[in-house]
Amino acid sequence: MPEIGLNHFLVLSAILFSLGLFGIMTRRNAVVVLMGVELILNAANLNLVAFSKFNGTMSGVMFSMFGIILAAAEAAVALAIVLNIYARFKTVDIGEIDTMRE
Amino acid sequence: MENFDFGVFAYQAIFYLFAILIVVSAAMVVFVRSIIYSAFSLLFTLFGISAMYVYLSADFVAVTQIVVYVGGILILLLFGVMLTNKITQERLLTDVFNLVPSLLIMLAILGSLLYTFLFRAKWHTGEQRTTTVVEPIGYEVITNYVLPFEIVSILLFVALIGAAYIARSDSKVSASK
Repeated sequence: MPEIGLNHFLVLSAILFSLGLFGIMTRRNAVVVLMGVELILNAANLNLVAFSKFNGTMSGVMFSMFGIILAAAEAAVALAIVLNIYARFKTVDIGEIDTMRE
Repeated sequence: MENFDFGVFAYQAIFYLFAILIVVSAAMVVFVRSIIYSAFSLLFTLFGISAMYVYLSADFVAVTQIVVYVGGILILLLFGVMLTNKITQERLLTDVFNLVPSLLIMLAILGSLLYTFLFRAKWHTGEQRTTTVVEPIGYEVITNYVLPFEIVSILLFVALIGAAYIARSDSKVSASK
């Protein structure tokens, strides 16, 4: 087996990114779409930390820390929006919500 | 094999174990139709990525990943699942659409990403960082990244207020009561 290098982590994050994209494109439930977004954010963070490790500097780690913080804020606001959508339309099916007002 | 080193073998075997765990559970997140199964598969994906951070000698990021993602975001997502479905319905399933085009786009993007990463890009890897990352993060936060750190704290504050404002029930109805 070859030594675990940068490419292993890049391949892993590419797979995660494409799976998250697939989830965003195919799911109809808004909460599951958010899970796809989380997968994509994790793929980006994994890339940043991997480059930081094999570069020897701290920039990637710091960027991934800020990325995690932004992901937390994003999840909170997005779920608030989803709850509001559910209160108004009684569904979170993103195929049925196509109006800007009731 | 001549000089078989069990430590190296275990190191790589555990890496591949976690990589397979991540890929399988991430695939379950997006392929399984039950929403609850998706959420719990996401749990395993997040834990696996945390293990990957340990492999990248970023221990602080790994712990942050567990605390923020597993302890915060995943719980939030589960709340979202519970609050946006009628619990009386027995199975929480999500419908699927655009299956074939999405599959094609996914495979095209995956292929192009892998081709770019593995064959086109020539990464210049420098000296690897092998030490712990906690102390450097502390230095960076109070020197180079002090302004982003403060701005991010303001952003979290604003997001907190905004999320609480958006998610509460209709203000006019509650005010008239």
